[in-house]
Amino acid sequence: MTSLFYIEHANGKVSDQSLKAITAASQIEGDVHGLIVGSNIDEAVAEASKINGLSKLLHLDDAAFDNVLAEKLTQVIFNIAGDYDYFLAAATTTGKNVMPRLAAKLDVSQISEIVAVESADTFIRTIYAGNAIATVQTSDAKKVLTVRPTAFKAATTDSAECEVAKINAENIPSISEFVGEELTKSDRPELTSAKTIISGGRGMQNGENFELLDKVAEKLGAAVGASRAAVDAGFVPNDYQVGQTGKVVAPELYIAVGISGAIQHLAGMKDSKIIVAINKDEEAPIFDVADYGLVADLFQVLPELEQAL
Amino acid sequence: MKILVPVKRVIDPYVNIRVKSDQTGVETENVKMSMNPFCEIAVEEAIRLKEAGKAEEIIAVSIGNQSCQETIRTALAMGADRGIHVLTEEKVEPISIAKILAKICESESPGLVISGKQAIDGDNNQTGQMLAALTDMPQGTFASKVEIDGDKVKVTREIDGGLQTVNLNMPAIITTDLRLNEPRYASLPNIMKAKKKPIDQKSPEDYGVDVTPRVSILKVIEPPKRQAGIKVENVGDLVEKLKNEAGVI
Repeated sequence: MTSLFYIEHANGKVSDQSLKAITAASQIEGDVHGLIVGSNIDEAVAEASKINGLSKLLHLDDAAFDNVLAEKLTQVIFNIAGDYDYFLAAATTTGKNVMPRLAAKLDVSQISEIVAVESADTFIRTIYAGNAIATVQTSDAKKVLTVRPTAFKAATTDSAECEVAKINAENIPSISEFVGEELTKSDRPELTSAKTIISGGRGMQNGENFELLDKVAEKLGAAVGASRAAVDAGFVPNDYQVGQTGKVVAPELYIAVGISGAIQHLAGMKDSKIIVAINKDEEAPIFDVADYGLVADLFQVLPELEQAL
Repeated sequence: MKILVPVKRVIDPYVNIRVKSDQTGVETENVKMSMNPFCEIAVEEAIRLKEAGKAEEIIAVSIGNQSCQETIRTALAMGADRGIHVLTEEKVEPISIAKILAKICESESPGLVISGKQAIDGDNNQTGQMLAALTDMPQGTFASKVEIDGDKVKVTREIDGGLQTVNLNMPAIITTDLRLNEPRYASLPNIMKAKKKPIDQKSPEDYGVDVTPRVSILKVIEPPKRQAGIKVENVGDLVEKLKNEAGVI
């Protein structure tokens, strides 16, 4: 049995999501090979080659893959699919975009966002926005899986360098082209990898008030998130969204401010180690999952909190 | 140009989910059902493109039991022109759904297929991408903006950390994200009109697709419940607890 794991990278580093998700691949019997794509990425390739549990790294050194398009990357993996039994990637927007396309080309079902590996063909995943947990078994010979990163511990990158083999891109379709990317600029950590997150909900009342969260986040070195209600109301962009339809996070500390605690939000953060809820409505369901609750007006609490830290 | 919109019938998003005590699945008997919210966004986007003169006909497709007719009627009441109902009692997996849709694409030749990015029951997020693979079409997943320009469609995608824009040759597959639009409610006259719109009834066999599941569900359980903790009196207390009790700051 051999698994192929697609490794994402940015700014010269292997993505934290990939390091976490590759742990799921290591739990499957057999060798794990990595695939990394892009040109001028020596640093990321060097780091990836030292990931614990990886026995070989394939590098597609091609500027056409500096920005990943599903149509092209799927073909690259499909070209070498005969050598592999398992295909895995982190359930990031790239993994979610590429892996189902690969599964269909291989004529197999995909198992999405697994949170545990039970055995060679049996996996655990959440359904209904985390309101139910399903154990599923696949009968497909080749298995395509995406992995929820927050469910696994990051692999370390301190082992001896594994073999790095260059591969080529062949039969790549040109039916799509990359136009541009607009990444939210922030000096603070990414939501999905942050150790501390402070999120605002509809109670924030408007986008300007999110500055109050920013100030506290700065003191804590935290990322800022939001509930779907706050995103739908236009306070902040969608990439702030924590929840089943947004990002699933599991930081050490999650502070929910002015968030009532709708099921869909809880599904995205209830695996956090410590949850703090600040809300003036003491009946808010968020208090049912919070380790520490503070029933108070957030507009008084946030400046006080900033001072106290 | 035709636009094909697959729509799925799911448990209403505002209903509390109950896991069956025999661990075989989630209770769906006597539970309110609705169109999957991401599919509603897909129907709305198709209608807006038609209203803008970019499309002539919108075809809503649903695959499942007899009740899926209601979901197609909802799409017709919103503004779709006709429906295709592929009747089956089987729980059809995304790969088989995609195969049926690929066959429908062959016969209908739509310029765009717009689907929801995921259904809120299985949370699979697969069907659109799989359909794109089977038809060799490009895919614009998790779309927050769609602009047709000649024989290309420019799609702005919601990605981790921001937005990405891609240009796709048409025909293409688009899957919708939340911010693409806000779906309309069907007006009463349109609901009445929708009753007269045609729905073609088909079966998976008509398309030569074997829908036998490849993935079996061994068990479904409730997630572990988190215990409510304590209430603190003020910010000072909170900071003290986080520092000394929890050790997280």
